[in-house]
Amino acid sequence: MNQFLQQLVNGLSIGSIYALMAVGYSLVYSIMNFSNFAHGSVIMLGAYLGFFLLTLVGLPFGLAFFLAACGTALIAVILERLAYKPLRDRNAPFLYFIITAMGASIFIDNSVIATIGPTPKTFPTQLLPSFLQSGSIKLGALDIGRIDLAMFIITAVCLVALVLFIDFTKLGKAIQATAYNMKASALMGINPSFVVILVFAIGGFLAGIAGVLYGMKYQVFPQMSGITLKSFIAAVFGGLGSLPGAMLGSLLLALIETFVSGYVSTQMRDIFAFCILIAMLVIRPSGIMGKTSEDKA
Amino acid sequence: MLSQVSDFLGQTVFTVYIQQIIVMTGINLIAVLGLSILTGFTGLFSFGHGGFMAIGAYVAAIFVARLRLPFALAILAGALGAALVSLLIGRLTLKLKGDYFCIATMGFGEAVRIILNNVNYVGGARGWESLPLLTNIWLVLGLDVVFVVLTWNLINSRHGRNLVAVREEELASQMAGIDVFRYKMIALVASAALAGVAGALLANYLQFLRPTMFNMGKSTDLTIMVIFGGLGSISGTIAGTILLTGLPEFFRNFAQWRLVVYGLAVIVIMVGRPQGVMGGFELTPSGVRKSLASRKARLALEAEVRAAEREGKA
Repeated sequence: MNQFLQQLVNGLSIGSIYALMAVGYSLVYSIMNFSNFAHGSVIMLGAYLGFFLLTLVGLPFGLAFFLAACGTALIAVILERLAYKPLRDRNAPFLYFIITAMGASIFIDNSVIATIGPTPKTFPTQLLPSFLQSGSIKLGALDIGRIDLAMFIITAVCLVALVLFIDFTKLGKAIQATAYNMKASALMGINPSFVVILVFAIGGFLAGIAGVLYGMKYQVFPQMSGITLKSFIAAVFGGLGSLPGAMLGSLLLALIETFVSGYVSTQMRDIFAFCILIAMLVIRPSGIMGKTSEDKA
Repeated sequence: MLSQVSDFLGQTVFTVYIQQIIVMTGINLIAVLGLSILTGFTGLFSFGHGGFMAIGAYVAAIFVARLRLPFALAILAGALGAALVSLLIGRLTLKLKGDYFCIATMGFGEAVRIILNNVNYVGGARGWESLPLLTNIWLVLGLDVVFVVLTWNLINSRHGRNLVAVREEELASQMAGIDVFRYKMIALVASAALAGVAGALLANYLQFLRPTMFNMGKSTDLTIMVIFGGLGSISGTIAGTILLTGLPEFFRNFAQWRLVVYGLAVIVIMVGRPQGVMGGFELTPSGVRKSLASRKARLALEAEVRAAEREGKA
C-alpha cells in the first residue's frame, strides 16, 4: 500500500510537468491543426534561460523564474513569426509546417550543443529558495520531494489560471472561436494572426515554467526536447486540441509510466508509452477527449 | 577474374577514404530514394524510417551471422521484413489524417529502437559487433543504378502520377477514381523496403550494429536530404544525397555546426523555396529541353509585352 501511494505521488509530480508541456502542443494544434514539434526545443531553451538568469545574471529566484517564462514566450512568438507565418500567409500544405517544425527543432537543439555545449547543467541548490533546499517531506511512510510538491502546486495554479482565462475572458473566447472556425471568427472581427501569436505566447510561457521546473528536478541539457516527446504522446493520448484532454492524458500517462516502472521494470516504461500511443491511434485517434478527426480528411 | 578486376580498380581508382564516402552515399541514396517516393511524391511525412532501416539491418545481420545464409537472401529478407512491418503500420494509420500518420511513425521508430535495446539475441543496447564484411562499392553502386531506374519508372508510370495526384489534392484524386489509401500504401511499402535494403547493406559494411544508429536523428537526416534536393524530383534527391553525405566529410572541423546549418537551411527552404534545389526539375535531356522551352517562351512573352508597351507609348 505504501509503495502504491509513493508511486502515485511520483506519478502526479511527473504528470504535472507533462501537463504543462502538453498544453502547449494542444493549444497550437487547436488553432493551426498541426503538431508543433519544435515546442520541445522551446521548452529546452526556457530551461537554459532560467538557469543562466539565475547563475550568470544572478537574479533572485522568483524573478529569474518569471523572466525565464516571459523570455520563452517571446522565443515561441519569434519562432512563429519567422518560421510559420510565411507558410500561413501562403496557405502552404500541412507537410511544409511539419518539415519546418522539424527544421526549427534541429536548428535550436544543435545551436545549443554547438555554443553552450552538450554537458548537462545542474541548478545550484544554494540559489534555490530555502523551501526547496532541504530534503523531502515525510508524511507517515510517504516521501514527498520538495521540488515535486512545488511542481505539482505551480502546475495546478498555472493550469487553473489557463482554464479560467480561456473560459472567462474575451481573449480566451477569441481563442475558442478561432479554434472552432478560423474563417468565421475572422469575419466576426477576431484577428487570426493575433490569436496565433497569443496561443504561441501562452504555450511558450508555460513551456518556460515547465523547462525550469524540469531542470530543477533533473538537469538542463540540450536533448531535453527528446524527453518532451512524452508530453506530446500525452497530448495525443488525451486528444490533440483539447486542453482538459491534454491534462488528463498527461496525468494518466505519467501514472501508467510510474506504475509500470515500479511494478514491472524501468525498461518496459518507454516501450509501454509508445505502445499506448500506437494503440490509442488505432482505437481512437482523436484521443480521450479530442474532437473527431474524420472531417479533416 | 571479375573480382580481381574489381579489386584492382578498387585499389587504384579510389583511395579507401573516398571509397568509404562513396559507399555511405550509395547506401544513403537507396534509403533517400524511398523517402523521396513517400515524402516528395506522395506528401506523407515520416519520423520513423530509421526504424525500417533498423529492421532491414538486423534481419539481414541475423540471416548472415546467425543463420549463415547467403548475403543476397539476407538483403531480400531485410527488405521484405521492413515492407511487412510497414504494411501493418500503414493498415493501422494511413486512413487517418497526415498528422496522425507522422505521430504513429514517430512512435514506431522509437519503439523499434527501444525493443532492440532489450533483445540480447542481437546484442541489445551494447550493440552487435564483428558482422561479416559483405557490402562492397560495386554492389552498392549497382543497386543504386537499379533502384534509381526502378523509382524513375514508378514515378513516370500511371501509378506515379496517381501518387502525385494524392499529394496535390487528396479529395479530388479520390473523386477521379484513385484509391487514395492504396496509393499511400504503395508509397509507404516501397519506401520501407528501400530503407530495409539500405539497412542490410549498412549492417554488412560497418560490421557492427547499435540501436542508437537508427534513432530519430537518422530518420530526420534522411528526410533533410529529400528536402534539400527538392520534393518531387529524383535527380534532386540524388543531388541532395551526394551533397549532404559527401560535404560534411570535407568540413569535419565544423562537425558540430553541421546540424545547425541543416536545421536553418530546412526552414529557409520551406519558407523561401519549398521545391528545393531542383524543385520538380529533372536533369535529363527532356527535362532540360522542357525548362529551356519554358524559358524561351517566357522571354518571348516578355519581348512581346515590351513591344506592346512601346507601341502603346508611340
